[in-house]
Amino acid sequence: MSRQPYVRPVSKTTWYMRNGRYKRYMLREVTCLLVGLYCFLAIWGLAALAAGAENWNAFLKAQQLPGMAGVHAVMLVYFLVYMTFDWFKLAPKAMPVQMGEKKLPDRYIVIAHYVAWAIVSLFVFWLAGVI
Amino acid sequence: MAIAKKAFVWGLFAAGGTVSAFIFPVLITLFLMMALGKVPEGLQFENIHAFAASFIGKASLFIVIFLSLWHAAHRLRVVFHDFGVRLDKAVANAVYLVALIGTVMTAFYLYKI
Repeated sequence: MSRQPYVRPVSKTTWYMRNGRYKRYMLREVTCLLVGLYCFLAIWGLAALAAGAENWNAFLKAQQLPGMAGVHAVMLVYFLVYMTFDWFKLAPKAMPVQMGEKKLPDRYIVIAHYVAWAIVSLFVFWLAGVI
Repeated sequence: MAIAKKAFVWGLFAAGGTVSAFIFPVLITLFLMMALGKVPEGLQFENIHAFAASFIGKASLFIVIFLSLWHAAHRLRVVFHDFGVRLDKAVANAVYLVALIGTVMTAFYLYKI
């Protein structure tokens, strides 16, 4: 005779609201919507670029919809905090570097990511003519 | 087989996550500048067209968009599960299909530039 196991009732849809750690996990995971959104914005730009100068200028004009600057600013901060910085923080866990018997300290891997990110960002800004 | 497939999907997810973590802050900033009407020199038609027409430009644009799309698709699949949707097969098919459509569109438009 087996006993009835006790199943703790956990909501399938709101389980992450119980705990700050789970909430941050969900805030991190939903950044995928931003990645998808900006991918398709970029694809829209490529379509305009392939269709010629007039279409490209119309695409640039369409980006000036009122309020979009504010939306992009909020998205930028959200993305930095929950995607870029979180990804760098997790990098040493996902890719530990073994040096003989020892492990390379986490902070070196994280710092290397920030340095590489700064270089890549400056390079793309330079390419785009921002700096 | 299942393990091999998982490694492949997770590999794309990790590569795409790294690429988007590195590149998207800049991309969003460029969209912010466009929204403000301050279009940088490199995004004027002649310059961006010349970049996208070069092999290096085509290759880097394709790799960034392709990997980021697959990263987003895989993470969205897990997000559906986390929000209580227990239809993994249908969700997986839908999100990977959208990523595939985006990838094909990217390749097609880059080919036409």
